[in-house]
Amino acid sequence: MNSPSTELTRRMAIYEQFHHISRWGDAFNGDTSPNTGTSTIVPADVSLKNKAEYISCEQVEPSISDQETNKPNDKIQRRLAQNREAARKSRLRKKAYVQQLESSRLKLAQLEQELERARQQGIYIIGASDTGCFGLPGTVNSGITAFEMEYTHWVEEQNRQICELRTALQAHVTDIELRILVESGLNHYCNLFRMKADAAKADVFYLISGIWRTSAERFFHWIGGFRPSEVLNVVVPQIEPLTDQQHLEVCNLRQSSQQAEDALSQGVDKLQQSLAEGVATDLCSGNYRAQMVDAIDKLEALENFVSQADHLRQQTLQQMVRILTTRQAARGFLAMGEYFHRLRALSSLWAARPRESA
Amino acid sequence: MHYQVDSWGYYMPRMSMGSDPMERVAKLASESAVVIFSLSSCCMCHAVKRLFCGLGVNPTVYELDQDPRGKDMEAALMRLLGNSQAVPVVFIGGKLIGAMDRVMASHINGTLVPLLKEAGALWL
Repeated sequence: MNSPSTELTRRMAIYEQFHHISRWGDAFNGDTSPNTGTSTIVPADVSLKNKAEYISCEQVEPSISDQETNKPNDKIQRRLAQNREAARKSRLRKKAYVQQLESSRLKLAQLEQELERARQQGIYIIGASDTGCFGLPGTVNSGITAFEMEYTHWVEEQNRQICELRTALQAHVTDIELRILVESGLNHYCNLFRMKADAAKADVFYLISGIWRTSAERFFHWIGGFRPSEVLNVVVPQIEPLTDQQHLEVCNLRQSSQQAEDALSQGVDKLQQSLAEGVATDLCSGNYRAQMVDAIDKLEALENFVSQADHLRQQTLQQMVRILTTRQAARGFLAMGEYFHRLRALSSLWAARPRESA
Repeated sequence: MHYQVDSWGYYMPRMSMGSDPMERVAKLASESAVVIFSLSSCCMCHAVKRLFCGLGVNPTVYELDQDPRGKDMEAALMRLLGNSQAVPVVFIGGKLIGAMDRVMASHINGTLVPLLKEAGALWL
């Protein structure tokens, strides 16, 4: 039998509990019994079921004198709590909807990019067969298609290696293990250059155009790939501290790389000029067979430039590995890989950005 | 013309020109600090010339398409390099450095500049 004072105390305890709960704006589930002293707030699913329990618990200990004084307060409290609940649910629904929209848009952009690629491939295949008068073999297409597939795998493997490097560096593995990762990283790039050499034989324009890379990467495109000195500029600040000797060697490497790049760029400019002059010979005459033969020879020189540019990229990477300690080289490969990964991500985001409808 | 197969298995004109093309190449290569064998139409040769000029070096350039004995020298260089491309070829201090890829590799790994200084083609 409960005395009125203990009754009141108990009701006050319950009221405080409810007050506490309603301040949090969470419904509590059936596990929470009003008889427990502690308020075990469990973030529960928002549902009417809980609300009913909430309400019913309030009516557990009816006592006429207390009910009259507490009733208007309880009503207000209950209404406030319900409002909060409804607002919260609404916000959650909105958030979920927006997230769904965002991910759908990203997916759409990716699909559009893939479609564009496939279309390019399709046009490429159709285009190559059109130039039958010059006897281009059908294998030209398969070389590029093979490269496309291999390159997709290359990027996936690259991403995997980046993660592996990051984990290894954070876990402070031994230098020997890092060495293996560094070698793998270097080898992976060498594989890319080998793939590109095969693709160049199939169609050097494909490599030069950069269509095989994402749009942001293409912005920085230089003779069929990345510019070595640019990568050095990106990576070196990420692998500090360097010794004075290393600083000197890195500086020299940066300078040598830039000088080699300039030389190759000038060579390509000369080739452009020469090609333009060759094609433009006798424009007013309708006959251009001779010019075409001459132009084809010149275009073959372009393969040589892409080959030398890739060679320069490989040499620069190898020299970096020589200059740096194993740990620094590991960080370097991680930085480089992450940099290109971010450029690729940027390209996707850019494609997915909201645009004004025309 | 009478041709004779020599120990290397290629045909040499018996009549002379005095020296065999490879000898002429070696002779020309030793006459200057930096010697580049080139073709005036070759853009990669242009690139290698720009590289040396960019370093402040004044190379001696032999345009083989403008040399009466150029064709033979081209063939000799092709055999020397084991390459389908005879030019560009670079000699420093009379020693063969190689084609564009060797030149760039040695520049990147830091051995080119000391070689140039040693040959007197570069001062500091």
